[in-house]
Amino acid sequence: MRSLKRNIISTAVITTVALPFAVLITWSFSNRWFYPELWPRQWGLRAWDYVFGTAGYQIIAALVQSMLVALATALISVAIGVPAGRALGLYDFRGKDLISVILTLPVIVPPLCVAMGLHFWFIKMGLASTFAGVVLVHLTFCLPYSVFVLWGVFSNYNPDYEAQARSLGATAWKVIARVMLPLTFPGIMVAALFSFLLSWSQYLSTLIIGGGRVTTLPVLLFALMGSGDRPVAAAVSIVFVVPAFVALLFSARYLGGRSIAGIR
Amino acid sequence: MLPVNTYTKSLTTDTDARTRESPGFMSTSLLVGPALAVVVVLFGGGLALGLIQSLAQLPAAGINALTFEHFANVLSDPDFLNSLMLTLYISATSTAIAAALSIILALVLVSLLEKYRLVHFIFQIPLTVPHLVIAVAVVFMLSPTGFFSRLAIKFGLIASSAAFPLLINDRWGVGIIMAYVWKEIPFITLMILAVLRHTGVELLEVGRTLKAGPWQRFRYITLPTISPSLGAACLIVFAYTFGAFEIPFILGQTYPMMLPVWAYKNYSDVDLLARPEGIATGIIIAGVIIVAIVLSQTLIQAARRRGVGL
Repeated sequence: MRSLKRNIISTAVITTVALPFAVLITWSFSNRWFYPELWPRQWGLRAWDYVFGTAGYQIIAALVQSMLVALATALISVAIGVPAGRALGLYDFRGKDLISVILTLPVIVPPLCVAMGLHFWFIKMGLASTFAGVVLVHLTFCLPYSVFVLWGVFSNYNPDYEAQARSLGATAWKVIARVMLPLTFPGIMVAALFSFLLSWSQYLSTLIIGGGRVTTLPVLLFALMGSGDRPVAAAVSIVFVVPAFVALLFSARYLGGRSIAGIR
Repeated sequence: MLPVNTYTKSLTTDTDARTRESPGFMSTSLLVGPALAVVVVLFGGGLALGLIQSLAQLPAAGINALTFEHFANVLSDPDFLNSLMLTLYISATSTAIAAALSIILALVLVSLLEKYRLVHFIFQIPLTVPHLVIAVAVVFMLSPTGFFSRLAIKFGLIASSAAFPLLINDRWGVGIIMAYVWKEIPFITLMILAVLRHTGVELLEVGRTLKAGPWQRFRYITLPTISPSLGAACLIVFAYTFGAFEIPFILGQTYPMMLPVWAYKNYSDVDLLARPEGIATGIIIAGVIIVAIVLSQTLIQAARRRGVGL
């Protein structure tokens, strides 16, 4: 009886998670599918041919643009986040609570509010409609996330190993490269993954600051949605999801039993 | 407050790790400074500049004087009240449904500890999916010509697409709520599971020996145990659904719109006079969220001081 209940729940969970993907995949491989037929009348690669053929240049360019923005954001978040996480995780000092509040706000206040405010300023500084401007606005909420991850990482890091390395004559750079970074590497990868995924799925802040000139994949997908071509919208949605999954699988071993809960 | 800490605490576990004396103000400032500067300048600056723009008198060529005109315009607009009510309704409903289902799921899943990794893996999938993609999928499933409508015809429940209830771009935001619930359940469930996994069954066994029924055990043992995490998760979900754009933009109706969509519509209006009002709406959204956080934190702390087992 108990195992029956469990099986029902597992099946329900798996079906609920899988159904949206099944529907998207089916649509992307349908050439002709009329209402109210449950299956496409004619399967085919028309949508995929459009995505990688007719509109191939546009879509690959958007894919590359998204990837570059997300990678740059992740890289900068980690580079600035590691020292901050180290100080917050290792040391006790005044103002930590205040810092925690300051870092929490950008995580919770929607990017929309910040992006609208920043836009005017970015126009004056020549950052609007540029790659750098989009990365900066993504950093606003990606950086606090990676600092929080790295804060947790460094609160379980034992700097005594560094003292040992120093006593053996290692220079400061050597200590960082040979002791600190290898020991905290899994955590750094998780912080990078958080930033990457967060930046990857951004739409509105990219649109406001990028002004349609920095065409990431979600910006393109929104434009395609308007055309009403369902198979193409489905195919582009899949193209948009797959890199996020790859990033997740790639970092799964660093995540271990942990989750990426918290990613918006 | 944030879920990430609980999950990353054990990434580099070392039993000798502990918080140490600060090496001095200068060196900690050097370490934290850059991150703090980026957040204060970009986030604080963004909000401050937004506030100035929404208080500035037109012409936009220069800020001549401050005025509450734009805020007054927004607040007195009947559309604003409609949007605000709709937004509160959708955020609260999505959060409540997701929380209720997550509690049930977590209670069932916690007994499946041996399969934890599998469950864990499955739950990462919705967390990874961008909101935009689930919105597109919901259109394909719930629209009058969508998958469920086709199923209903197949089973003879309805005769034509016209008989299928309006579930997207509808008055009650069913599609929006479904999309949010799908996306947020894994997050809340994992937050609860993180607590439940590390609390033993001892308390529940004590409850059982004291002849507490299943409901009493849930109400007086499980619920107080999970409520801090559950509360934090719900707050994050509420704040997110209150200020997010993609899902209501695709799945919402044209009138009334959810607040973020309304804010962006005004902001991007060809009539530049509407822009400060869009920004003012954005500031109001941020304000509501910040007030909600402060209020709930104060309430929780007050309740704790009075000894309520939250």
